[in-house]
Amino acid sequence: MEFSPNTLELLYIVILSVLLGIEVISNVPAILHTPLMSGANAIHGVVIIGAIIVMGHAKSDDYVALTLGFLAVLLGTLNVVGGFVVTNRMLEMFKKKK
Amino acid sequence: MSSEILLQLSYLIGSITFILGLKMLSSADSARRGNLLAAAGMGIAIVGTIFFHKDSEGHAIGNLIWIFAAMLIGTVVGYLMAMRVKMTAMPQMVSFFNGMGGACAAIISIVELHSHDHSQASPWYMLIIYLGLIIGTVSFSGSVIAYGKLDEKIKDINSKALTYINLLLLALVFGVLGVTVFSPATISADMALWLLLGLSTLYGVLFVMPIGGADMPVVISLLNSFTGMAAAFGGFMYNNPVMLTGGILVGSAGTILTVLMCTAMNRSLLNVIIGSFGGGGSAAGGGAKGDQTVREITLTDTAILCAYASKVSIVPGYGLAVAQAQHICHEFEKNLVERGVEVNYAIHPVAGRMPGHMNVLLAEADVPYPMLVEMEDVNPNLPNTDVVIIVGANDVVNPAAENDPSSPIYGMPVIKVWEAKTVIVLKRSMRAGYAGIENELFFHPKTKMLFGDAKDTLTKLVGELKGI
Repeated sequence: MEFSPNTLELLYIVILSVLLGIEVISNVPAILHTPLMSGANAIHGVVIIGAIIVMGHAKSDDYVALTLGFLAVLLGTLNVVGGFVVTNRMLEMFKKKK
Repeated sequence: MSSEILLQLSYLIGSITFILGLKMLSSADSARRGNLLAAAGMGIAIVGTIFFHKDSEGHAIGNLIWIFAAMLIGTVVGYLMAMRVKMTAMPQMVSFFNGMGGACAAIISIVELHSHDHSQASPWYMLIIYLGLIIGTVSFSGSVIAYGKLDEKIKDINSKALTYINLLLLALVFGVLGVTVFSPATISADMALWLLLGLSTLYGVLFVMPIGGADMPVVISLLNSFTGMAAAFGGFMYNNPVMLTGGILVGSAGTILTVLMCTAMNRSLLNVIIGSFGGGGSAAGGGAKGDQTVREITLTDTAILCAYASKVSIVPGYGLAVAQAQHICHEFEKNLVERGVEVNYAIHPVAGRMPGHMNVLLAEADVPYPMLVEMEDVNPNLPNTDVVIIVGANDVVNPAAENDPSSPIYGMPVIKVWEAKTVIVLKRSMRAGYAGIENELFFHPKTKMLFGDAKDTLTKLVGELKGI
Protein backbone atom coordinates (compact mmCIF):
# COMPACT_ATOMS: atom_id res chain seq x y z
CA MET A 1 0.00 0.00 0.00
CA GLU A 2 1.35 3.38 -1.01
CA PHE A 3 0.51 6.66 0.61
CA SER A 4 -2.33 7.52 -1.74
CA PRO A 5 -5.78 9.08 -1.85
CA ASN A 6 -6.97 5.72 -0.54
CA THR A 7 -4.79 6.17 2.53
CA LEU A 8 -6.37 9.54 3.11
CA GLU A 9 -9.77 7.90 2.93
CA LEU A 10 -8.67 5.56 5.69
CA LEU A 11 -7.54 8.57 7.67
CA TYR A 12 -11.11 9.89 7.54
CA ILE A 13 -12.26 6.65 9.15
CA VAL A 14 -9.53 6.99 11.76
CA ILE A 15 -10.41 10.54 12.70
CA LEU A 16 -14.14 9.88 12.79
CA SER A 17 -13.62 6.73 14.86
CA VAL A 18 -11.43 8.60 17.33
CA LEU A 19 -14.08 11.28 17.81
CA LEU A 20 -16.81 8.67 18.03
CA GLY A 21 -14.86 6.72 20.65
CA ILE A 22 -14.47 9.82 22.78
CA GLU A 23 -18.10 10.80 22.35
CA VAL A 24 -19.44 7.35 23.17
CA ILE A 25 -17.45 6.97 26.38
CA SER A 26 -17.97 10.37 27.98
CA ASN A 27 -20.51 10.46 30.83
CA VAL A 28 -20.06 6.84 31.83
CA PRO A 29 -20.83 6.25 35.52
CA ALA A 30 -17.85 4.84 37.44
CA ILE A 31 -19.87 1.71 38.22
CA LEU A 32 -19.73 0.71 34.59
CA HIS A 33 -16.01 1.30 34.06
CA THR A 34 -15.11 -2.35 34.59
CA PRO A 35 -17.69 -3.89 32.25
CA LEU A 36 -17.02 -1.18 29.71
CA MET A 37 -13.29 -1.84 29.74
CA SER A 38 -14.00 -5.54 29.44
CA GLY A 39 -16.40 -4.96 26.54
CA ALA A 40 -13.90 -2.75 24.74
CA ASN A 41 -11.34 -5.48 25.38
CA ALA A 42 -13.53 -7.95 23.52
CA ILE A 43 -14.06 -5.54 20.62
CA HIS A 44 -10.36 -5.15 19.90
CA GLY A 45 -10.39 -8.89 19.43
CA VAL A 46 -11.40 -7.86 15.89
CA VAL A 47 -7.68 -8.28 15.28
CA ILE A 48 -8.59 -11.93 14.72
CA ILE A 49 -9.73 -10.94 11.23
CA GLY A 50 -6.14 -10.03 10.42
CA ALA A 51 -5.06 -13.40 11.80
CA ILE A 52 -7.58 -15.22 9.58
CA ILE A 53 -6.34 -13.30 6.54
CA VAL A 54 -2.70 -14.10 7.33
CA MET A 55 -3.47 -17.75 7.94
CA GLY A 56 -5.83 -18.04 5.00
CA HIS A 57 -3.27 -16.81 2.51
CA ALA A 58 -0.24 -18.60 3.92
CA LYS A 59 1.39 -20.98 1.46
CA SER A 60 0.71 -24.60 2.35
CA ASP A 61 4.44 -25.42 2.54
CA ASP A 62 5.37 -22.39 4.63
CA TYR A 63 5.36 -24.00 8.03
CA VAL A 64 6.58 -20.95 9.90
CA ALA A 65 3.68 -18.88 8.61
CA LEU A 66 1.21 -21.70 9.18
CA THR A 67 2.31 -22.28 12.76
CA LEU A 68 2.36 -18.61 13.65
CA GLY A 69 -0.93 -18.02 11.84
CA PHE A 70 -2.53 -20.89 13.73
CA LEU A 71 -1.30 -19.40 16.99
CA ALA A 72 -2.58 -15.94 16.01
CA VAL A 73 -6.07 -17.23 15.17
CA LEU A 74 -6.15 -19.16 18.44
CA LEU A 75 -5.08 -16.21 20.57
CA GLY A 76 -7.42 -13.86 18.72
CA THR A 77 -10.34 -16.23 19.35
CA LEU A 78 -9.41 -16.36 23.03
CA ASN A 79 -9.57 -12.57 23.12
CA VAL A 80 -12.95 -12.40 21.36
CA VAL A 81 -14.75 -15.28 23.07
CA GLY A 82 -13.24 -14.78 26.51
CA GLY A 83 -13.78 -11.04 26.35
CA PHE A 84 -17.46 -11.18 25.42
CA VAL A 85 -18.27 -14.02 27.82
CA VAL A 86 -16.57 -12.34 30.78
CA THR A 87 -18.35 -9.06 30.04
CA ASN A 88 -21.67 -10.84 29.75
CA ARG A 89 -21.09 -12.57 33.08
CA MET A 90 -20.38 -9.26 34.77
CA LEU A 91 -23.44 -7.59 33.30
CA GLU A 92 -25.66 -10.54 34.10
CA MET A 93 -25.10 -9.70 37.76
CA PHE A 94 -26.20 -6.12 37.35
CA LYS A 95 -29.41 -7.35 35.77
CA LYS A 96 -30.42 -9.48 38.73
CA LYS A 97 -31.95 -6.61 40.70
CA LYS A 98 -35.29 -8.08 41.67
CA MET B 1 -24.23 -10.07 -5.17
CA SER B 2 -20.51 -10.35 -5.58
CA SER B 3 -18.56 -11.72 -2.67
CA GLU B 4 -16.65 -8.46 -2.36
CA ILE B 5 -19.87 -6.61 -1.63
CA LEU B 6 -20.96 -9.25 0.86
CA LEU B 7 -17.57 -8.94 2.57
CA GLN B 8 -17.80 -5.16 2.80
CA LEU B 9 -21.38 -5.45 4.01
CA SER B 10 -20.32 -7.79 6.82
CA TYR B 11 -17.64 -5.26 7.77
CA LEU B 12 -20.14 -2.42 7.74
CA ILE B 13 -22.46 -4.38 10.02
CA GLY B 14 -19.50 -5.20 12.27
CA SER B 15 -18.43 -1.57 12.52
CA ILE B 16 -21.93 -0.34 13.30
CA THR B 17 -22.52 -2.95 16.00
CA PHE B 18 -19.19 -2.03 17.61
CA ILE B 19 -20.19 1.63 17.81
CA LEU B 20 -23.72 0.93 19.04
CA GLY B 21 -22.50 -1.80 21.39
CA LEU B 22 -19.97 0.48 23.00
CA LYS B 23 -22.58 3.21 23.34
CA MET B 24 -25.03 0.80 24.96
CA LEU B 25 -22.32 -0.51 27.28
CA SER B 26 -22.04 2.91 28.83
CA SER B 27 -25.48 2.89 30.43
CA ALA B 28 -26.64 0.32 32.96
CA ASP B 29 -29.94 -0.62 31.35
CA SER B 30 -28.69 -1.42 27.88
CA ALA B 31 -25.19 -2.66 28.72
CA ARG B 32 -25.88 -6.34 28.39
CA ARG B 33 -27.66 -6.02 25.06
CA GLY B 34 -24.81 -3.80 23.87
CA ASN B 35 -22.28 -6.49 24.63
CA LEU B 36 -24.31 -9.17 22.83
CA LEU B 37 -24.85 -6.86 19.86
CA ALA B 38 -21.11 -6.23 19.48
CA ALA B 39 -20.48 -9.97 19.82
CA ALA B 40 -22.99 -10.71 17.06
CA GLY B 41 -21.38 -8.10 14.82
CA MET B 42 -17.99 -9.63 15.47
CA GLY B 43 -19.36 -13.03 14.48
CA ILE B 44 -20.73 -11.65 11.21
CA ALA B 45 -17.45 -9.93 10.36
CA ILE B 46 -15.49 -13.13 11.08
CA VAL B 47 -17.81 -15.32 8.98
CA GLY B 48 -17.71 -12.71 6.20
CA THR B 49 -13.90 -12.79 6.21
CA ILE B 50 -13.68 -16.56 6.13
CA PHE B 51 -16.05 -16.98 3.21
CA PHE B 52 -15.68 -13.85 1.13
CA HIS B 53 -12.18 -12.49 1.64
CA LYS B 54 -9.87 -12.54 -1.38
CA ASP B 55 -6.28 -11.37 -1.58
CA SER B 56 -5.02 -9.02 -4.28
CA GLU B 57 -4.59 -11.96 -6.70
CA GLY B 58 -8.13 -13.20 -6.12
CA HIS B 59 -7.27 -16.21 -3.93
CA ALA B 60 -9.92 -17.10 -1.38
CA ILE B 61 -9.10 -17.95 2.23
CA GLY B 62 -7.31 -21.31 2.40
CA ASN B 63 -6.13 -23.57 5.20
CA LEU B 64 -9.71 -23.59 6.41
CA ILE B 65 -9.31 -26.74 8.48
CA TRP B 66 -6.53 -25.16 10.46
CA ILE B 67 -8.43 -21.93 10.91
CA PHE B 68 -11.49 -23.76 12.20
CA ALA B 69 -9.34 -25.92 14.46
CA ALA B 70 -7.65 -22.86 15.98
CA MET B 71 -10.99 -21.11 16.42
CA LEU B 72 -12.53 -24.18 18.02
CA ILE B 73 -9.71 -24.51 20.54
CA GLY B 74 -9.77 -20.77 21.23
CA THR B 75 -13.54 -20.78 21.71
CA VAL B 76 -13.59 -23.74 24.08
CA VAL B 77 -10.63 -22.56 26.15
CA GLY B 78 -11.76 -18.91 26.18
CA TYR B 79 -15.31 -19.86 27.14
CA LEU B 80 -14.22 -22.16 29.95
CA MET B 81 -11.74 -19.65 31.33
CA ALA B 82 -14.31 -16.86 31.25
CA MET B 83 -17.02 -18.97 32.86
CA ARG B 84 -14.82 -20.42 35.57
CA VAL B 85 -12.97 -17.33 36.70
CA LYS B 86 -14.03 -16.07 40.11
CA MET B 87 -15.52 -12.60 40.11
CA THR B 88 -12.71 -11.48 42.38
CA ALA B 89 -10.16 -12.43 39.75
CA MET B 90 -11.95 -10.54 36.98
CA PRO B 91 -9.33 -7.80 36.53
CA GLN B 92 -6.57 -10.34 35.90
CA MET B 93 -8.79 -12.15 33.41
CA VAL B 94 -9.45 -9.00 31.41
CA SER B 95 -5.73 -8.32 31.43
CA PHE B 96 -5.00 -11.84 30.21
CA PHE B 97 -7.45 -11.67 27.29
CA ASN B 98 -6.08 -8.25 26.43
CA GLY B 99 -2.57 -9.71 26.28
CA MET B 100 -3.78 -12.43 23.89
CA GLY B 101 -5.14 -9.78 21.54
CA GLY B 102 -1.82 -7.94 21.68
CA ALA B 103 0.09 -11.12 20.91
CA CYS B 104 -2.26 -11.83 18.02
CA ALA B 105 -1.55 -8.39 16.52
CA ALA B 106 2.21 -8.84 16.95
CA ILE B 107 2.19 -12.28 15.29
CA ILE B 108 0.27 -10.92 12.31
CA SER B 109 3.07 -8.41 11.74
CA ILE B 110 5.73 -11.12 12.13
CA VAL B 111 4.05 -13.43 9.60
CA GLU B 112 3.58 -10.51 7.23
CA LEU B 113 7.30 -9.70 7.47
CA HIS B 114 8.22 -13.34 7.07
CA SER B 115 6.04 -14.32 4.10
CA HIS B 116 6.46 -11.43 1.73
CA ASP B 117 9.39 -9.73 0.15
CA HIS B 118 9.20 -6.15 1.31
CA SER B 119 12.25 -4.72 -0.43
CA GLN B 120 9.97 -2.75 -2.75
CA ALA B 121 7.42 -1.74 -0.13
CA SER B 122 6.99 1.89 0.80
CA PRO B 123 8.35 3.15 4.15
CA TRP B 124 4.77 4.02 5.05
CA TYR B 125 3.69 0.40 4.74
CA MET B 126 6.72 -0.86 6.65
CA LEU B 127 6.08 1.67 9.40
CA ILE B 128 2.56 0.26 9.86
CA ILE B 129 3.79 -3.33 10.04
CA TYR B 130 6.48 -2.51 12.59
CA LEU B 131 4.19 -0.31 14.69
CA GLY B 132 1.67 -3.17 14.85
CA LEU B 133 4.51 -5.42 15.99
CA ILE B 134 5.80 -3.01 18.64
CA ILE B 135 2.48 -1.97 20.15
CA GLY B 136 1.12 -5.52 20.08
CA THR B 137 4.23 -6.85 21.82
CA VAL B 138 4.26 -4.12 24.49
CA SER B 139 0.59 -4.79 25.13
CA PHE B 140 1.23 -8.52 25.40
CA SER B 141 4.20 -8.43 27.76
CA GLY B 142 2.71 -5.58 29.79
CA SER B 143 -0.59 -7.43 30.19
CA VAL B 144 1.15 -10.61 31.27
CA ILE B 145 3.01 -8.67 33.98
CA ALA B 146 -0.20 -6.90 35.01
CA TYR B 147 -1.89 -10.29 35.22
CA GLY B 148 0.92 -11.64 37.39
CA LYS B 149 0.86 -8.64 39.68
CA LEU B 150 -2.89 -8.69 40.19
CA ASP B 151 -2.70 -12.40 40.83
CA GLU B 152 0.04 -11.60 43.34
CA LYS B 153 2.51 -13.84 41.56
CA ILE B 154 4.81 -10.93 40.75
CA LYS B 155 5.97 -8.34 43.25
CA ASP B 156 6.40 -4.62 42.61
CA ILE B 157 9.85 -3.37 41.81
CA ASN B 158 10.21 0.21 42.87
CA SER B 159 13.23 1.99 41.58
CA LYS B 160 13.81 5.47 40.28
CA ALA B 161 16.36 4.01 37.90
CA LEU B 162 13.58 2.14 36.09
CA THR B 163 12.08 5.42 34.93
CA TYR B 164 15.32 6.28 33.12
CA ILE B 165 15.82 2.76 31.83
CA ASN B 166 12.32 2.85 30.39
CA LEU B 167 12.86 6.20 28.70
CA LEU B 168 16.09 4.83 27.24
CA LEU B 169 14.33 1.67 26.02
CA LEU B 170 11.59 3.74 24.41
CA ALA B 171 14.21 5.88 22.66
CA LEU B 172 15.96 2.72 21.45
CA VAL B 173 12.72 1.26 20.10
CA PHE B 174 12.00 4.40 18.11
CA GLY B 175 15.63 4.63 17.01
CA VAL B 176 15.69 1.11 15.63
CA LEU B 177 12.25 1.64 14.09
CA GLY B 178 13.43 4.80 12.34
CA VAL B 179 16.55 3.16 10.93
CA THR B 180 14.65 0.04 9.83
CA VAL B 181 11.93 1.95 8.05
CA PHE B 182 13.79 4.83 6.48
CA SER B 183 17.18 3.30 5.91
CA PRO B 184 16.45 -0.39 5.32
CA ALA B 185 19.87 -0.98 3.75
CA THR B 186 21.72 -0.44 7.03
CA ILE B 187 20.01 -3.21 8.95
CA SER B 188 18.90 -6.70 7.93
CA ALA B 189 15.19 -7.40 8.16
CA ASP B 190 15.74 -10.34 10.50
CA MET B 191 17.95 -8.30 12.75
CA ALA B 192 15.36 -5.50 12.89
CA LEU B 193 12.57 -7.95 13.70
CA TRP B 194 14.43 -9.59 16.58
CA LEU B 195 15.70 -6.30 17.96
CA LEU B 196 12.26 -4.70 17.96
CA LEU B 197 10.63 -7.80 19.35
CA GLY B 198 13.15 -8.01 22.20
CA LEU B 199 13.13 -4.31 23.03
CA SER B 200 9.33 -4.07 22.99
CA THR B 201 8.92 -7.13 25.20
CA LEU B 202 11.39 -5.70 27.69
CA TYR B 203 9.73 -2.31 27.60
CA GLY B 204 6.29 -3.80 28.29
CA VAL B 205 7.67 -5.70 31.26
CA LEU B 206 9.59 -2.81 32.78
CA PHE B 207 6.84 -0.29 32.10
CA VAL B 208 4.31 -2.20 34.20
CA MET B 209 6.76 -3.51 36.81
CA PRO B 210 7.02 -0.44 39.06
CA ILE B 211 3.35 0.54 38.91
CA GLY B 212 1.66 0.19 42.28
CA GLY B 213 -1.22 -2.17 42.89
CA ALA B 214 -3.83 0.54 43.32
CA ASP B 215 -2.95 1.96 39.92
CA MET B 216 -3.23 -1.36 38.12
CA PRO B 217 -6.73 -0.78 36.68
CA VAL B 218 -5.44 2.34 34.98
CA VAL B 219 -2.61 0.35 33.42
CA ILE B 220 -4.94 -2.40 32.21
CA SER B 221 -7.18 0.20 30.64
CA LEU B 222 -4.16 1.80 28.98
CA LEU B 223 -2.87 -1.53 27.65
CA ASN B 224 -6.39 -2.21 26.44
CA SER B 225 -6.30 0.91 24.30
CA PHE B 226 -2.80 -0.11 23.09
CA THR B 227 -4.18 -3.40 21.78
CA GLY B 228 -6.94 -1.40 20.11
CA MET B 229 -4.30 0.64 18.30
CA ALA B 230 -2.38 -2.50 17.34
CA ALA B 231 -5.58 -3.90 15.81
CA ALA B 232 -6.05 -0.63 13.95
CA PHE B 233 -2.55 -0.91 12.43
CA GLY B 234 -3.62 -4.33 11.20
CA GLY B 235 -6.59 -2.59 9.61
CA PHE B 236 -4.26 -0.20 7.81
CA MET B 237 -2.07 -3.07 6.70
CA TYR B 238 -4.92 -4.98 5.08
CA ASN B 239 -7.02 -2.00 4.15
CA ASN B 240 -9.65 -3.54 6.36
CA PRO B 241 -12.33 -1.12 7.57
CA VAL B 242 -13.75 -3.23 10.39
CA MET B 243 -10.36 -3.76 12.02
CA LEU B 244 -9.72 -0.08 11.63
CA THR B 245 -12.99 1.12 13.19
CA GLY B 246 -12.97 -1.52 15.92
CA GLY B 247 -9.33 -0.89 16.78
CA ILE B 248 -9.47 2.89 16.72
CA LEU B 249 -12.75 2.96 18.61
CA VAL B 250 -11.24 0.92 21.42
CA GLY B 251 -8.01 2.88 21.20
CA SER B 252 -9.71 6.23 21.71
CA ALA B 253 -12.45 5.04 24.05
CA GLY B 254 -9.84 3.17 26.08
CA THR B 255 -7.70 6.27 26.37
CA ILE B 256 -10.65 8.34 27.58
CA LEU B 257 -11.63 5.61 30.01
CA THR B 258 -8.06 5.59 31.33
CA VAL B 259 -8.22 9.33 31.91
CA LEU B 260 -11.63 9.01 33.60
CA MET B 261 -10.25 6.39 35.95
CA CYS B 262 -7.33 8.63 36.82
CA THR B 263 -9.75 11.45 37.55
CA ALA B 264 -11.73 9.17 39.87
CA MET B 265 -8.53 8.69 41.85
CA ASN B 266 -7.50 12.32 41.52
CA ARG B 267 -4.25 11.40 39.80
CA SER B 268 -2.84 12.35 36.45
CA LEU B 269 -1.98 9.71 33.89
CA LEU B 270 1.61 10.90 33.77
CA ASN B 271 1.75 10.61 37.53
CA VAL B 272 0.60 7.01 37.33
CA ILE B 273 3.06 6.02 34.64
CA ILE B 274 6.19 7.91 35.67
CA GLY B 275 5.79 8.83 39.31
CA SER B 276 4.56 5.37 40.21
CA PHE B 277 3.70 4.71 43.86
CA GLY B 278 7.38 5.03 44.68
CA GLY B 279 9.30 5.68 47.86
CA GLY B 280 7.80 2.75 49.76
CA GLY B 281 10.15 3.47 52.65
CA SER B 282 9.00 6.99 53.38
CA ALA B 283 5.36 5.96 53.00
CA ALA B 284 5.63 3.20 55.55
CA GLY B 285 7.53 5.45 57.93
CA GLY B 286 4.75 8.03 58.04
CA GLY B 287 2.44 5.86 60.10
CA ALA B 288 4.65 5.06 63.05
CA LYS B 289 4.00 8.08 65.23
CA GLY B 290 4.58 7.35 68.91
CA ASP B 291 2.67 4.66 70.73
CA GLN B 292 -0.78 4.58 69.24
CA THR B 293 -3.32 2.34 70.85
CA VAL B 294 -5.69 0.07 69.03
CA ARG B 295 -9.12 -0.35 70.56
CA GLU B 296 -10.73 -3.74 70.11
CA ILE B 297 -14.44 -4.50 70.30
CA THR B 298 -16.20 -7.80 70.95
CA LEU B 299 -18.66 -9.49 68.63
CA THR B 300 -21.53 -9.03 71.08
CA ASP B 301 -20.88 -5.32 71.49
CA THR B 302 -20.71 -4.89 67.72
CA ALA B 303 -24.00 -6.69 67.25
CA ILE B 304 -25.72 -4.61 69.93
CA LEU B 305 -24.28 -1.38 68.58
CA CYS B 306 -25.57 -2.16 65.09
CA ALA B 307 -28.94 -3.49 66.18
CA TYR B 308 -29.80 -0.33 68.08
CA ALA B 309 -28.34 2.11 65.59
CA SER B 310 -30.67 4.05 63.35
CA LYS B 311 -28.24 4.38 60.49
CA VAL B 312 -25.48 1.97 59.47
CA SER B 313 -23.14 2.27 56.54
CA ILE B 314 -21.07 -0.67 55.27
CA VAL B 315 -17.85 0.09 53.44
CA PRO B 316 -16.81 -3.00 51.48
CA GLY B 317 -13.31 -3.46 50.15
CA TYR B 318 -11.30 -6.09 48.37
CA GLY B 319 -10.87 -7.97 51.66
CA LEU B 320 -14.59 -8.73 51.59
CA ALA B 321 -14.20 -10.24 48.16
CA VAL B 322 -11.11 -12.24 49.09
CA ALA B 323 -12.92 -13.75 52.09
CA GLN B 324 -15.88 -14.50 49.77
CA ALA B 325 -17.97 -12.72 52.38
CA GLN B 326 -20.36 -10.85 50.07
CA HIS B 327 -23.23 -13.30 50.62
CA ILE B 328 -22.98 -13.35 54.41
CA CYS B 329 -22.57 -9.59 54.38
CA HIS B 330 -25.87 -9.35 52.53
CA GLU B 331 -27.42 -11.58 55.21
CA PHE B 332 -26.05 -9.33 57.96
CA GLU B 333 -27.43 -6.26 56.24
CA LYS B 334 -30.83 -7.94 55.69
CA ASN B 335 -31.08 -8.73 59.39
CA LEU B 336 -30.41 -5.10 60.28
CA VAL B 337 -32.94 -3.84 57.74
CA GLU B 338 -35.58 -6.15 59.26
CA ARG B 339 -34.94 -4.46 62.58
CA GLY B 340 -35.67 -1.12 61.01
CA VAL B 341 -32.08 0.04 60.75
CA GLU B 342 -31.32 2.16 57.72
CA VAL B 343 -28.44 0.43 55.93
CA ASN B 344 -26.48 1.31 52.85
CA TYR B 345 -23.24 0.29 51.18
CA ALA B 346 -20.75 3.07 50.65
CA ILE B 347 -18.95 2.32 47.41
CA HIS B 348 -15.67 4.01 46.64
CA PRO B 349 -15.15 4.33 42.87
CA VAL B 350 -12.01 2.19 43.01
CA ALA B 351 -13.11 -0.22 45.74
CA GLY B 352 -11.98 -3.70 44.84
CA ARG B 353 -9.36 -3.93 42.17
CA MET B 354 -11.05 -1.98 39.40
CA PRO B 355 -13.59 0.83 39.19
CA GLY B 356 -16.99 -0.75 39.54
CA HIS B 357 -15.54 -4.08 40.65
CA MET B 358 -17.27 -3.92 44.04
CA ASN B 359 -20.65 -3.31 42.43
CA VAL B 360 -20.21 -6.44 40.37
CA LEU B 361 -19.29 -8.45 43.46
CA LEU B 362 -22.22 -7.21 45.54
CA ALA B 363 -24.62 -7.67 42.65
CA GLU B 364 -23.42 -11.28 42.55
CA ALA B 365 -24.61 -11.62 46.17
CA ASP B 366 -28.07 -10.22 45.27
CA VAL B 367 -27.61 -6.97 47.17
CA PRO B 368 -30.34 -4.67 45.82
CA TYR B 369 -28.87 -2.10 43.48
CA PRO B 370 -30.41 0.99 45.21
CA MET B 371 -28.55 0.12 48.43
CA LEU B 372 -25.22 0.80 46.76
CA VAL B 373 -24.43 4.45 47.26
CA GLU B 374 -21.53 6.19 45.60
CA MET B 375 -18.88 8.00 47.60
CA GLU B 376 -20.02 11.53 46.74
CA ASP B 377 -23.51 10.80 48.07
CA VAL B 378 -22.27 9.03 51.18
CA ASN B 379 -19.80 11.58 52.48
CA PRO B 380 -22.29 14.40 53.30
CA ASN B 381 -24.43 11.94 55.32
CA LEU B 382 -21.65 10.44 57.39
CA PRO B 383 -21.84 12.85 60.37
CA ASN B 384 -25.35 11.55 61.15
CA THR B 385 -24.47 7.90 60.56
CA ASP B 386 -24.26 5.94 63.82
CA VAL B 387 -22.04 3.06 62.81
CA VAL B 388 -19.74 2.57 59.87
CA ILE B 389 -18.61 -1.00 59.33
CA ILE B 390 -15.53 -1.38 57.22
CA VAL B 391 -15.20 -4.83 55.72
CA GLY B 392 -11.81 -5.40 54.20
CA ALA B 393 -11.36 -1.86 52.88
CA ASN B 394 -8.26 0.09 53.75
CA ASP B 395 -6.76 2.66 51.39
CA VAL B 396 -10.16 4.07 50.38
CA VAL B 397 -10.88 5.08 54.01
CA ASN B 398 -7.40 6.34 54.86
CA PRO B 399 -7.47 9.86 56.33
CA ALA B 400 -3.89 10.36 55.12
CA ALA B 401 -5.38 11.10 51.69
CA GLU B 402 -6.83 14.26 53.25
CA ASN B 403 -4.31 15.39 55.81
CA ASP B 404 -0.87 13.96 55.05
CA PRO B 405 0.77 15.60 52.03
CA SER B 406 3.68 13.16 52.24
CA SER B 407 1.41 10.17 51.75
CA PRO B 408 1.45 8.54 48.30
CA ILE B 409 -2.34 8.60 48.22
CA TYR B 410 -2.59 12.26 49.26
CA GLY B 411 -5.30 13.91 47.20
CA MET B 412 -7.22 10.76 46.37
CA PRO B 413 -10.88 11.23 47.31
CA VAL B 414 -11.75 8.89 50.20
CA ILE B 415 -14.83 7.94 52.19
CA LYS B 416 -14.62 10.11 55.30
CA VAL B 417 -15.70 7.38 57.70
CA TRP B 418 -14.10 9.14 60.69
CA GLU B 419 -16.91 11.70 60.54
CA ALA B 420 -19.43 9.06 61.59
CA LYS B 421 -20.16 8.42 65.26
CA THR B 422 -18.49 5.03 65.50
CA VAL B 423 -16.24 3.16 63.11
CA ILE B 424 -15.86 -0.60 63.35
CA VAL B 425 -13.12 -2.15 61.25
CA LEU B 426 -13.34 -5.84 60.35
CA LYS B 427 -9.81 -6.85 59.56
CA ARG B 428 -7.62 -9.92 59.68
CA SER B 429 -4.55 -8.21 61.08
CA MET B 430 -2.88 -4.82 61.30
CA ARG B 431 -1.25 -5.34 57.91
CA ALA B 432 -1.06 -2.36 55.55
CA GLY B 433 -3.44 -2.11 52.60
CA TYR B 434 -2.86 -2.91 48.95
CA ALA B 435 -1.01 0.34 48.35
CA GLY B 436 1.34 -0.66 51.19
CA ILE B 437 0.70 2.33 53.42
CA GLU B 438 -0.19 2.64 57.08
CA ASN B 439 -3.69 3.72 57.97
CA GLU B 440 -4.02 6.01 60.99
CA LEU B 441 -7.77 5.42 60.93
CA PHE B 442 -7.11 2.22 62.90
CA PHE B 443 -5.75 4.35 65.76
CA HIS B 444 -8.51 6.95 65.58
CA PRO B 445 -10.40 7.50 68.89
CA LYS B 446 -13.70 6.66 67.18
CA THR B 447 -12.35 3.44 65.68
CA LYS B 448 -12.82 -0.01 67.13
CA MET B 449 -11.15 -3.05 65.63
CA LEU B 450 -12.82 -6.42 65.24
CA PHE B 451 -10.10 -8.85 64.20
CA GLY B 452 -10.75 -12.02 62.26
CA ASP B 453 -11.60 -13.37 58.84
CA ALA B 454 -14.40 -11.24 57.35
CA LYS B 455 -16.63 -14.18 56.46
CA ASP B 456 -16.16 -15.81 59.84
CA THR B 457 -16.76 -12.58 61.75
CA LEU B 458 -19.87 -11.68 59.78
CA THR B 459 -21.29 -15.19 60.23
CA LYS B 460 -20.82 -14.88 63.99
CA LEU B 461 -22.30 -11.38 63.93
CA VAL B 462 -25.43 -12.65 62.21
CA GLY B 463 -25.65 -15.32 64.92
CA GLU B 464 -25.33 -12.67 67.64
CA LEU B 465 -27.97 -10.51 65.97
CA LYS B 466 -30.42 -13.41 65.95
CA GLY B 467 -29.88 -13.77 69.69
CA ILE B 468 -30.77 -10.17 70.46
